[in-house]
Amino acid sequence: MGCLEALKPEIILSQASFKDAREYIKKNVREYHEVEPGYKIHDVHIIGVAPLYVGVEGEDLIFPYTKPCHGTFVVKVAGHEEIARLRARKK
Amino acid sequence: MTEKTALILLGCPQVPVQTSMALYLMHGLKEHGIRPVIAGTVAARKLMEVADPGRHYLEEMADLDDMIDEITGKRRDFDLCFVFIHNDSGVAYAGTMAYISQARLYALLFGEHAEDLAKEIEFPCEVVAAKAVHNPMPLKRKLDEVMQWAVSKR
Repeated sequence: MGCLEALKPEIILSQASFKDAREYIKKNVREYHEVEPGYKIHDVHIIGVAPLYVGVEGEDLIFPYTKPCHGTFVVKVAGHEEIARLRARKK
Repeated sequence: MTEKTALILLGCPQVPVQTSMALYLMHGLKEHGIRPVIAGTVAARKLMEVADPGRHYLEEMADLDDMIDEITGKRRDFDLCFVFIHNDSGVAYAGTMAYISQARLYALLFGEHAEDLAKEIEFPCEVVAAKAVHNPMPLKRKLDEVMQWAVSKR
């Protein structure tokens, strides 16, 4: 399994609840897509209770990342091919 | 006949009763012929290893993220799944299991805020909640009631 640190994330929100992370993305990111729990971005699975959102901002992805001991973070990482994959599943 | 299996998902081991209750649950499952598999954080797994050096209860243990990867990839699943929850992250992991796994799901809530966390659970599962931090007995009593039901329904 991959590790988020390898993606050099920018931390936007830290040690929040998964609901706070959901609301943050919905309110602050213009383009966001609903994904299912367990959806994989690069090598990281998104953990949480549906609905879960992944935002797109320029060339970056913004998504919730849950750590068992430290709550949920909202992070921004380079999107690369993941953005096209995310947009393609919307239809 | 295929052997029945149960996944026991361990989160942050900050609250003392988790390791004790996980070992107790493994004992109960094995008594009923169900093979338990542990998935958890490194610290949670180390606590289990040290508590059961003779491997009387522990058989297979896996990294939490690796197990999520196996299940989402449909390479593996279980008959039963017990998720230990004492914080918001625990609820998030249980919600994920409810979506990705076909297992009958049990949310075991403990710690200071067990009742409040139980109100956050809005996905299909059996909720077992008790305010247990250092003393496992309140959670054990509730788990005993559910275990009878769990093994008969499997």
